[in-house]
Amino acid sequence: MVHRFASHRSGRIIGLACFLVILAMLAAACGSAAAPSGSAAPTAAGAAPAAAGGDVTVGLITKTETNPFFVKMKDGAQSKATELNAKLLTGAGAKDGDNEGQVTALENMVNAGAKGILITPSDTKAIVPSIKKARDKGVLVIALDTATEPQDAVDALFATNNFNAGLLIGQWAKAAMGSNKPVIATLDLAPGITVGAQRHNGFLQGYGLAKADPNSSDLVTSPEVVCAQDTHGDQTEGQTAMENCLSKNPDINLVYTINEPAAFGAYQAIKAAGKEKNITIVSVDGGCRGVQGIVDGQIAATSQQYPLKMAAMGVDAVVQYAKTGVKPSGYTDTGVTLITDKPQAGVDSKDSKFGTENCWGTK
Amino acid sequence: MSAVVSKVTKRRSSVLDMLRGSPIMGPFAALVLASIFFATQSDKFLTGANFSLIIQQVMVVGTLAIGQTLVILTGGIDLSNGMIMALASVLMTGLAVQSGLNPLLAILIGLLAGVVFGLLNGALITAIGLPPFIVTLGTFNIAYALVRIYTTATITNLPAEQLFLGNTFNIGGTEITYGSVLMIILYAITWYILRSTPAGRSVYAVGDNPEAARLAGINTTRVLTGVYVVAAISYGIAGLMLVSRTGVGDPQAGQTGNLDSITAVVLGGTSLLGGRGQIMGTLIGALIVGVFRNGLQLMGVGSIYQVLITGILVIVAVSIDYLSHRSK
Repeated sequence: MVHRFASHRSGRIIGLACFLVILAMLAAACGSAAAPSGSAAPTAAGAAPAAAGGDVTVGLITKTETNPFFVKMKDGAQSKATELNAKLLTGAGAKDGDNEGQVTALENMVNAGAKGILITPSDTKAIVPSIKKARDKGVLVIALDTATEPQDAVDALFATNNFNAGLLIGQWAKAAMGSNKPVIATLDLAPGITVGAQRHNGFLQGYGLAKADPNSSDLVTSPEVVCAQDTHGDQTEGQTAMENCLSKNPDINLVYTINEPAAFGAYQAIKAAGKEKNITIVSVDGGCRGVQGIVDGQIAATSQQYPLKMAAMGVDAVVQYAKTGVKPSGYTDTGVTLITDKPQAGVDSKDSKFGTENCWGTK
Repeated sequence: MSAVVSKVTKRRSSVLDMLRGSPIMGPFAALVLASIFFATQSDKFLTGANFSLIIQQVMVVGTLAIGQTLVILTGGIDLSNGMIMALASVLMTGLAVQSGLNPLLAILIGLLAGVVFGLLNGALITAIGLPPFIVTLGTFNIAYALVRIYTTATITNLPAEQLFLGNTFNIGGTEITYGSVLMIILYAITWYILRSTPAGRSVYAVGDNPEAARLAGINTTRVLTGVYVVAAISYGIAGLMLVSRTGVGDPQAGQTGNLDSITAVVLGGTSLLGGRGQIMGTLIGALIVGVFRNGLQLMGVGSIYQVLITGILVIVAVSIDYLSHRSK
């Protein structure tokens, strides 16, 4: 009891001390910025040598740190930054969908004097007000891979045409299925995310089962789709979703997956059910592990996209902007290639050898 | 030889004694040292604008952690806090934007939804005697589901009344958000209540030894229920801060709020065993996370290293608490 009282008292004093120190920090914050009309100078000074050609700071914010797609993006940005003598800052959300984490990274990069920021928005609508704040401060913001909603919330978009990516695997699947009546499961991303809807809708339109607005974030459907589940692009969730789909309808013969991890999860479930000979899996991404899935015959076809190119173009655009003041605008398609070892007449494709040479992630 | 050993042992225990007497000295030293380090690494770190930004970036987790600290002081844990925050924030924004309710009334309803969850947590823990970990794991999932049932789409175009806390005022050229100030006021109030009121002292007493507290005439049921309700109010306020900071009502928010707030509490030197800790320690804990995140970003170090360092700091903080407890 005595000890408790003693610590209680000293705790009170220290608590008060800490509170005062924090107030002092705030005050110091104000104090040190008391000369900020002057300290706006460093920013301007920072911009001056940039205009001379060196030392441009570029920010790259990805959805996560760990996904190989974003690792490749970072590689592309880093090598371009080194080539152009620019400084690259990187940041990411804690997990896919972590908007606040991306907002924090964005603010920190603006504060660090970034001339331009490249971002793959985790939440396409929620990030918009924060992007506006950055642009209001004169920072160039380019969306990579994923469009914001609205798309013109950023200066420019460098991305795969995800609707096109879906369209290609849809067309391929229609040709490959021939006269078989499709019974389809779709393993989707998550509600309200544009990329997920574009791939899904492109797939159904490519197969000729539905008509969709290429920019919509709502999923279309058709009677042939007997099961649609969200997987968040995760292998384990993909497996669970496929297991549930198979118990709902054992006659499924075609599976669309949002990405290759979801496709591998689906394959596990299908193999466990002994149906791997009867079910065709198509996907989107073209990661190295995914292309290996094509080689191994687990995935039949996938649309390959090019994250390295997106990031390299982005860094280039920011450095150009710093040098010349010219901002990029609108949408630039970074291209997509259908990868399959079972080519179909009338659908352009490359084989898994090409896919392996051009894939992202660990080979 | 043995003299040397005993000298070392003695010194070690005296360091532990010091940390036991004032458990926030360690975290405070860590915060100061980290700040000094980052100041030497980046000329942009030690500016008013940057410190204001760091405080603004920790205000949501910092406010969540106020409630978490109270709960942990009673020997409990609250896994539901981030989802209660998310529920409050989508309700207040959705009711205002989609249902056309008065924005301030909508905020009130959002806060009330939080209170309902606080009451639910408190009632299940006190009336049935379930462990807080399990109860709040359950309410975490319930709140998560309710958020998703209410909306899966991000709510945008919010009324100005709901964005007020994200607005700034200018002192000597530095922009400071009202939300940052509110967070610091909330900490000051909680600090005063915990230190200087019977209610505050009974929170410590219940956490230290519930049976002894009961025998001393403290109504432990009322204290525990009260703590979960007050905590839920802080989660609701955190929800309003989140809304004003990001400018949207985000159904994907808050999923890591529980672990983030526990991190702040633990870094601040509060014992997970209950009964020992300082509310100002939690503020320091939240600032440590914010300072590392910001400092490493300014240095151009990948954010994965911030996660790595946070992990190490948490283990160090818990080890210090455990060793000082054991040596007692």
